[in-house]
Amino acid sequence: MAASTARLPFTSRQLSLVWLGLLPFFLFAFAFLIAPAASLLIGSFRDSQGALTFQNFIDLSTPSIRNAYWLSIRVSAVTAVVGGAFGFLLAYAVTQAGLPAWVRTGLITFCGVASNFAGVPLAFAFIRVLGRAGVISQALKNDAGVDIYQLGFNLYSFAGLSLTYFYFQFPLMVLIMAPALDGLKREWREASANLGATAIQYWRLIALPILMPSILGTMILLFGNAFGAYATAFALTGGSLNLVTIQIGAQMRGDVLHNPGLGYAMALGMVAIMGGALGLYVWLQRISERWLR
Amino acid sequence: MKKRASLWGWFWVLLGVVYFLVPLVGTFTFSLEMKRDVLSFASYQAVFADPDFARTFLFSNQMALLTIIGSLALFVPTAYWVHLKVPHLRPVVEFITLMPFVIPAIVLVFGMIKLYKNPVTIGSLTLIQAPTNSVLGTNMLLVAGYIVLAMPYMYRAVDTGLRAMDVRSLTEAAQSLGANWFTIIVRVILPNLRAALLSGALLTFAIVVGELTLANFLDRPAFGPYLWLLGQHRAYEPAALSIISFSLTWAAMGMIFLVSRGRGGQGQVAGAH
Repeated sequence: MAASTARLPFTSRQLSLVWLGLLPFFLFAFAFLIAPAASLLIGSFRDSQGALTFQNFIDLSTPSIRNAYWLSIRVSAVTAVVGGAFGFLLAYAVTQAGLPAWVRTGLITFCGVASNFAGVPLAFAFIRVLGRAGVISQALKNDAGVDIYQLGFNLYSFAGLSLTYFYFQFPLMVLIMAPALDGLKREWREASANLGATAIQYWRLIALPILMPSILGTMILLFGNAFGAYATAFALTGGSLNLVTIQIGAQMRGDVLHNPGLGYAMALGMVAIMGGALGLYVWLQRISERWLR
Repeated sequence: MKKRASLWGWFWVLLGVVYFLVPLVGTFTFSLEMKRDVLSFASYQAVFADPDFARTFLFSNQMALLTIIGSLALFVPTAYWVHLKVPHLRPVVEFITLMPFVIPAIVLVFGMIKLYKNPVTIGSLTLIQAPTNSVLGTNMLLVAGYIVLAMPYMYRAVDTGLRAMDVRSLTEAAQSLGANWFTIIVRVILPNLRAALLSGALLTFAIVVGELTLANFLDRPAFGPYLWLLGQHRAYEPAALSIISFSLTWAAMGMIFLVSRGRGGQGQVAGAH
């Protein structure tokens, strides 16, 4: 009897026991991931008096909130596309351009470090180098007579924040693209060369179309990486730059929107954008798996 | 043709190296200039002499250790069970482990505070007093939040490690020798996962020790908030601490590289930015 039930995978008794093995995980995920998110969701449909309302989502279109989303999206998109392009070129350089192997090992290791070196220390390093009293800013001013702040550069602005974000953005691209570039088969290049294709034709017609889903997918990952970033931006600008994460932080400190529900709706707006990005990423990942690996 | 490509390759690598190194070198040289007219490690001595540094750094390391232990205790049995017994639930579990990608740290801590600043109740029955009112409760929330942040990387590290071995045969062999579930996981599965788990643990360490967002809003005396506060009214010590943080990240990543040598660099991507 016992032996025969053990062979049937889906008897109801076994299923209930088997489920129990995952119970701690599901409980944990519920308590610290799903329930907090759900609580924000419920809160976003309540007004200050606790009555049901959709007003909070309509209020997301007020100028200051719309600008915050727009700035966050722009910073994330610019650092994803430019950082992604530069990361791709670097990954290309160490995988395809015939550089010695130690360059690749060194660069990949360094990228692993840099993609994790973020937050407060990164912001401080950039302030130290490119802030108003930074090493480079001062050196340029005193030695070369060029005051970059007079010329319109400001570390505590869109350009400065983007420049800082690049530090963890393009290493991530290198880390993901290097294996993808390794996946290009030598036969493809040889076959195209046999048919008379130039190197440019090979890249334009074969390699780039094959790599495109993973390039775009990784850029989406970079977008999400920057979009959710709080610590770096906060440490760099002290909260003066109007990003969504900074606004949510200010709202948590002291209800600056004078409406808790609106704060929850802002947080959910972030989740919606990140969810859309991740969905796109998963879809592109499926396409790229057809060719690579 | 080949030669030109190589030249471009060098050009891009050089550009990358310059961009990588300039902030580090600039910060490092600045950190040596605390004493007028001489280069010295005075700023580093000042940092190490500060009792707040020792206190917050110890606290963050404790939190990192608890996070690593907690995520191992949670994810190893879960991933093992999914492999062995409930493969049809794999999509559900994987979906949950990817959710932290969609919920940024600031949103996570927002939701946690909203939920746990009140007592946990079912109807009129109070299960737990408001967790944010006690030190223990807030520390537990912090560690739980860190486990959530580390979840995508940690779970994947364990999952990849399990894929690389024959879980079913190992389990059956252990069972036929009379091992119980605890023995199987601790003495058969864990030793085979050593490299994968070490990478995951080091990565978690790198994320947690300097983390600002959760520690700041849960108001914990951690290293990240200390570093930020120091930066508001000092010049040389924060530079020294940035270099120390970087060296720590470097050490963690270097060890991951040694542990997972020759298995590609994809597993080491994370970060609490």
